[in-house]
Amino acid sequence: MPAPIIKIDAISKSFGTFKVLDGLSMQVMPGEKLALIGPSGSGKTTILRILMTLEKIDGGHIQVDGEQLYHMERNGQLLPADERHLARMRQKIGMVFQLFNLFPHKCVMDNVTLAPMLTKGVARAAAEKRAMELLDMVGLADKAKAMPAQLSGGQKQRVAIARALALSPKIMLFDEVTSALDPELVEEVLNVMRKLAAETDMTMLLVTHEMGFAHDFADRVLFFDRGRIVEEGKPDEIFRHPKQERTQSFLKKIIAAGHRV
Amino acid sequence: MTQWSGYLGLILQGALVTIELTLMGSVLALIMAFLAGMGRVSRFFILRAIATAYIEFFRGTSIFVQLFWAYFVLPFAGLSLTPLQAGVLALGLNVGAYAAEVVRGAILSVGREQYEACTALNLGRWQGMRHVILPQALLVMLPTFGNNAIELLKATSVVSLISLADLTFQAQVVRSQTGSTLMPFLSVLITYFALALIISWGVRTLERRMARGLDGVRI
Repeated sequence: MPAPIIKIDAISKSFGTFKVLDGLSMQVMPGEKLALIGPSGSGKTTILRILMTLEKIDGGHIQVDGEQLYHMERNGQLLPADERHLARMRQKIGMVFQLFNLFPHKCVMDNVTLAPMLTKGVARAAAEKRAMELLDMVGLADKAKAMPAQLSGGQKQRVAIARALALSPKIMLFDEVTSALDPELVEEVLNVMRKLAAETDMTMLLVTHEMGFAHDFADRVLFFDRGRIVEEGKPDEIFRHPKQERTQSFLKKIIAAGHRV
Repeated sequence: MTQWSGYLGLILQGALVTIELTLMGSVLALIMAFLAGMGRVSRFFILRAIATAYIEFFRGTSIFVQLFWAYFVLPFAGLSLTPLQAGVLALGLNVGAYAAEVVRGAILSVGREQYEACTALNLGRWQGMRHVILPQALLVMLPTFGNNAIELLKATSVVSLISLADLTFQAQVVRSQTGSTLMPFLSVLITYFALALIISWGVRTLERRMARGLDGVRI
């Protein structure tokens, strides 16, 4: 049995007086495709943001790829991570946001090549070659010179995926990546993610309200409520035979809202 | 008539001095604005403190007094400036203090999601500022920079008080030599206005060029 690539150990996080995560622990295996579902405010997005170091934790430990994320080991002691340690750890992780967060003043190509050139010292020619491969993979090779404002939401999100992949992370975080899209554009983004899952052994964590996609895509589904994992299991167990009453009522509401499970 | 063309020549010479002051003052103001504006949003307390002190001091004291200090008081500290140097120094520092707040506001106006994208792509603080935040903030700064430049143009007239032969100074010369009040004052009025129009037009052109291809909603 290989070691987990992400090991979250009793982390807690509050926003003001609101406790989002309360002693949460979970593990993710290398290559695993994990879906995090649950009502809004249940803490699932916060976990992704914490892994991307966009939020600090109040307590607990996180291990990513065998190393502490928020701590450094110095002479056998665990110290709070400094910016250099965080920068090194961030290389292992990429994230795609709900609202794409493309750089509006840069063309598609520059959006994808900026970080590899700046953070890894990749030469422009090599970075552009790699970017073209990635844009081809997401079906946007012909849009390399377009500005983000000229793209549809689905196209923007596919560029954002290519941009994150350009840094070759071991772990990809997808934070409600189709929630801001028009319904007819959702599928083109999901197709890219299916392709990615089929062609790479990347570890993928996915926060989503697309239950049908989570069912087909994930190896394991975690149901969150109020900062805790209420239930977890294989997609069929969670979606067809949920054991907890809280999971059942959540899924019922989702189906009533017209989502396919 | 030949007499008038001679006086017109005087006024044009003054206009050149005014343009020179405006250009050089604007360059200094721009440098100070970015230094102090970015100092204001620095994570280091000492940089924030220095930037704040500079901005408050130069906004809070009169441009006349600043100019007199630059020209009459600094020599006592061993620093003698020509009238032009003193004028550029006072104008640049004064307008730079106002423009620094523009830089700060524009940097803060760039959405949090852009900073988060920088973190997710592992860009360092300075890399993100240089390649992502500042280029977008610049577009927000431009219209107000245009205002600041026009303010600076008009403020150049104070240098006539340290006997620098700018537009306003030359108008006084022509007036005292010809006894005519309307002609010299009318011509400097029109000249200032024309120069301000050129600045407005230049900034607007720059703005349009930079906004090309961007989401219109952000401006």
